[in-house]
Amino acid sequence: MDEIARGFIRAVELIIELNPEVIEVTLRSFLIALTSVTIASLINVPLGSLIHFHHFPGRSGLINLIQTLYSIPTVTVGLFVFLLISREGPLGGYGLLYTPYGMIIGQTVLITPVILGLTISALSSVSEDIRDTAVSLGADRFQTMWTVIVEARGPVLAAVLLGFGRALSEVGVAMMIGGNIRGYTRVLTTAIALETSMGNLEISIALGLILISIALVVNTVVGRLQGW
Amino acid sequence: MRTIQLEGVSIEKNGRQILTDINIEVRTGETLGIIGPTGAGKTTLLRVMDLIDLPSKGRVLFKGEAPKNEGERLAARRRIGVVFQRPVMLRGTVYDNVAYGLRIRRLSKDEIDERVEAALSDVGLKGYERRPAKVLSGGEMQRVALARALAISPELLLLDEPTANLDPRTSYVIEELISRAKMRGMTTVVSTHDLPQAVRLADRIVIIMDGRVVSSGSADLLLNSDSDDVRAFLHAGMLRPVDWRFIHEFARVSH
Ligand SMILES: Nc1ncnc2c1ncn2[C@@H]1O[C@H](COP(=O)(O)OP(=O)(O)O)[C@@H](O)[C@H]1O
Ligand SMILES: [Mg+2]
Repeated sequence: MDEIARGFIRAVELIIELNPEVIEVTLRSFLIALTSVTIASLINVPLGSLIHFHHFPGRSGLINLIQTLYSIPTVTVGLFVFLLISREGPLGGYGLLYTPYGMIIGQTVLITPVILGLTISALSSVSEDIRDTAVSLGADRFQTMWTVIVEARGPVLAAVLLGFGRALSEVGVAMMIGGNIRGYTRVLTTAIALETSMGNLEISIALGLILISIALVVNTVVGRLQGW
Repeated sequence: MRTIQLEGVSIEKNGRQILTDINIEVRTGETLGIIGPTGAGKTTLLRVMDLIDLPSKGRVLFKGEAPKNEGERLAARRRIGVVFQRPVMLRGTVYDNVAYGLRIRRLSKDEIDERVEAALSDVGLKGYERRPAKVLSGGEMQRVALARALAISPELLLLDEPTANLDPRTSYVIEELISRAKMRGMTTVVSTHDLPQAVRLADRIVIIMDGRVVSSGSADLLLNSDSDDVRAFLHAGMLRPVDWRFIHEFARVSH
């Protein structure tokens, strides 16, 4: 009990004194997750609106599948991307394994269903009348899509932010693709796992506190965005 | 000159026949009233005229030509202004809403400013530019929607029950605005289930029921109609022919 209490106090001190190791890992986590979420959003927000605005056979099946993949275990994605970029894999020649770039690919794949699916439901929540109004005022197909996206900007941004949260807090991809290399691919989650197993509780707790704070902020902002 | 012509238009939605063999022409410069009870197909008819809903049979000619693809429909639609029954405000300010159609047409900032100002002062909403549009009252929204449609200088104005959800005073203001547009030579189609309003606003009236045109002509012609359908409609409108005559006179006098 004492040890845990001391761990907490020391952890807070580490954060307050801006411990270089803690800061470095936090920044790297942010950078990788931010890059992943940017790429995933640039692909999936437009893709989501394409799916939303078009009717094609198998559409509802596809949406079901996307929603099922929201909670796909991160190690499954890790394994999938590992097979893709390991030496023998189709992308093996690029040397992406155990690099931040590989992690970005993995996280992008991981959060694609969440951003895609939530974008589709965000757009579905916009009334048909908005679309009709845009069309009747002379909007072409692209302008109409854009108007509907702007109308749903709160929930769409919430989808993006949830993707960010999932990328930042996942372990599977970071461990299997990144390899937890110190100063290179070590991020908050993998650092916590390692430090805990090595008994460095105060660092683990410090990193854990940071992760929880970020999650709290993300969730609060997501809540606000829903009605924005 | 014909601004828009519907030739044998039928439309089906979700397996339901909504309009059947409609033949209507709108002459350039006239105000055509479409009257009919709720569910008759007025809204659908205006959507067909705006080239949003495509007929399952028949064709729609705008300025003598039938648009062949979505590109041509868009081009024609950009010359038509429409105010829906329950206008929806887009995100942003009153200015954003009125400017929407102009921005889409890629007009210059100066031109947009000028036209928004003119359209807003036309509908008596000068000074409303910066207000958030979604929190306006019903009557204000209706006026913004009208300004939004007028700002693009349409060659045809489609108004779907423009006063259906408004109080009498606001209805009067809207009717005045429509009359003014008409005086400037705007070709207008206005749907309503309000007979006196149709008589006040329209040069010609088309009565539709159950998706069919049952009668059309000047108000006087309809008034003296001995068609069972027209009588049935007057009845459906809770008005006996004698009331209809009274309202007609009343509309004349109060105009
Ligand atoms: N998308 C649709 N699918 C099925 N029926 C519809 C659809 N839109 C309208 N209708 C039906 O078509 C009829 C005419 O509707 P509408 O054009 O809105 O009439 P009005 O504007 O005269 O009240 C109504 O019975 C309505 O229920
Ligand atoms: Mg209607």
